[in-house]
Amino acid sequence: MAENTVKKIATRESYGNSLKELAEEFPNLVVLDADLAAATKTGIFRKAYPDRHIDCGIAEENMMGVAAGLSLVGKIPFVSSFAMFAAGRAFEQVRNSIGYPHLNVKIGATHAGITVGEDGATHQCNEDIALMRTIPGMVVMCPSDDVEARAAVRAALEYEGPVYIRFGRAAVPVINDHPGYHFEIGKGTVVREGKDVTIVATGICVDSALGAAKMLEEEGISAEVVNICTIKPLDEEIILNSAKKTGKVVTVEEHSVIGGLGSAVCDCLCAHYPVPVKKVGMQDVFGESGSAAALVEKYGLDAKGVYKSVKEFL
Amino acid sequence: MKNLELQKRANDVRKGIVTAVHGAKAGHPGGSLSAADIFTFLYFEEMNIDPQNPDMEERDRFVLSKGHTAPGLYSALAYRGYFPVEDLPTLRHLGSYLQGHPCIHIPGVDMSSGSLGQGISAAVGMALGAKMENRDFRVYTLLGDGEIEEGQVWEAAMFAGFRKLDNLCVMVDNNNLQIDGPIDQVCSPYPIDKKFEAFNFHVINADAHDFDAIRAAFKEARETKGMPTCIVFHSLKGKGVSFMENSVDWHGKAPNDEEYAVAMADLDKIEKELEKAGEQ
Repeated sequence: MAENTVKKIATRESYGNSLKELAEEFPNLVVLDADLAAATKTGIFRKAYPDRHIDCGIAEENMMGVAAGLSLVGKIPFVSSFAMFAAGRAFEQVRNSIGYPHLNVKIGATHAGITVGEDGATHQCNEDIALMRTIPGMVVMCPSDDVEARAAVRAALEYEGPVYIRFGRAAVPVINDHPGYHFEIGKGTVVREGKDVTIVATGICVDSALGAAKMLEEEGISAEVVNICTIKPLDEEIILNSAKKTGKVVTVEEHSVIGGLGSAVCDCLCAHYPVPVKKVGMQDVFGESGSAAALVEKYGLDAKGVYKSVKEFL
Repeated sequence: MKNLELQKRANDVRKGIVTAVHGAKAGHPGGSLSAADIFTFLYFEEMNIDPQNPDMEERDRFVLSKGHTAPGLYSALAYRGYFPVEDLPTLRHLGSYLQGHPCIHIPGVDMSSGSLGQGISAAVGMALGAKMENRDFRVYTLLGDGEIEEGQVWEAAMFAGFRKLDNLCVMVDNNNLQIDGPIDQVCSPYPIDKKFEAFNFHVINADAHDFDAIRAAFKEARETKGMPTCIVFHSLKGKGVSFMENSVDWHGKAPNDEEYAVAMADLDKIEKELEKAGEQ
């Protein structure tokens, strides 16, 4: 399919849409935002359900506590802000007011990673997966496209307990729109079978991994691509099975290589089946201003960049 | 409950505090003792609660935002019948359910707290949830005067004032001491009343150790409509234990065996005086 005919949608858009679509089915759902409803797309929900949308103003720490309190009187709050402020600024509130009492609060964090683009390093959160996965009992998800983002929002609402979902700003190709698609918290998916190397990817990097796998195929290298949407709890079985088959693993994420998907995969492999691993992601550096496409290319997270990394690794 | 009866309960709560902290060999007696009369009034008089049914849907909620004074809350809960008074000395011990700071799994504890500034936000969320569902319960939260140096407190106050949460009662235990010294010498949050007024609260100043004043303040809070209430309780840190009173050293320190004996003797003396007053 030619590039310009592929349907593209930002996962934050999927988030706003699914909140609105699920509102009737989940009457206790309320949505909190911190003066970013237009950007996080919770404005879509607000337009349809103004009484169930609570703008907390630019005060993320209080917003997390308010969500905790709401959950304790029976509401299911979805709290939204940019990943930088939800996971970063309000980390300790998420840990102590939501994680420790294990409350039924969902955090929808948008504008994660470098594809925030032009806003630059202050707003490009490459640390949120690392932060959130250290909180005991916290489910951490990073959907790869519109289909998976919607499925993750529904799954979060059906699940009892704290959940963090990471969404992106930039429009990304829809890759999971096929019959038989099934989503489950804690389950990964082999989106392409292969035998020479395993590429484990999350979020928007799943598309890059698939692109890289095609380029590798042209050179006779068979890459298996595993989509890990739920980084915690990690689907260890799918990773171990693939590693046993290929013996080499490359992880790809729009996040620091410290503490994110790559670290989670290494934790699993170290403990159960050590194989060589290469971690593709932000190599302990801050991002910078630029278009999302230019940044993804510069930091080697597009298909070509992943292809190059895999080639160097093999 | 008559004032004399409340005073006796409060004295029991103070004994429980001292006993718990002595048993733990750590903890925060000063701010627990300054708030002991507030805890007592809340749990024996003010709040709609049922110790036999701690999770009762329509109960009033209490969040101890100044969570380090857990010994005060636990002692009040124990004397009110949520769990055995005999368990208080297990405070902070490995394996005990009486965690160093309030934990939601303890009977009667409505929210985990202790990282300062966070409890008030949870209380605000509970009050907002009650409003959204037209439920009648009230929400109470107690903050330390040092605690209000946290920025999150003012985020929460702004939100509560803006949302006109008149089912919310914020209390500040104004004992004027924090760990590093007098609050007006560390990083003064004064004037506390004017600050909450500016955040659209109805503000009441009250004596934290006079049950008539405490009763009147809570009544006024309940009758206030269209805005949340903040009661600034003027209190004495360490109240009831001679050597702990108004002493910053007893913010977060446990009495040794000798000190414990003196503290209990102080409280026994108060108990005898109260009994004598009852006979007259």
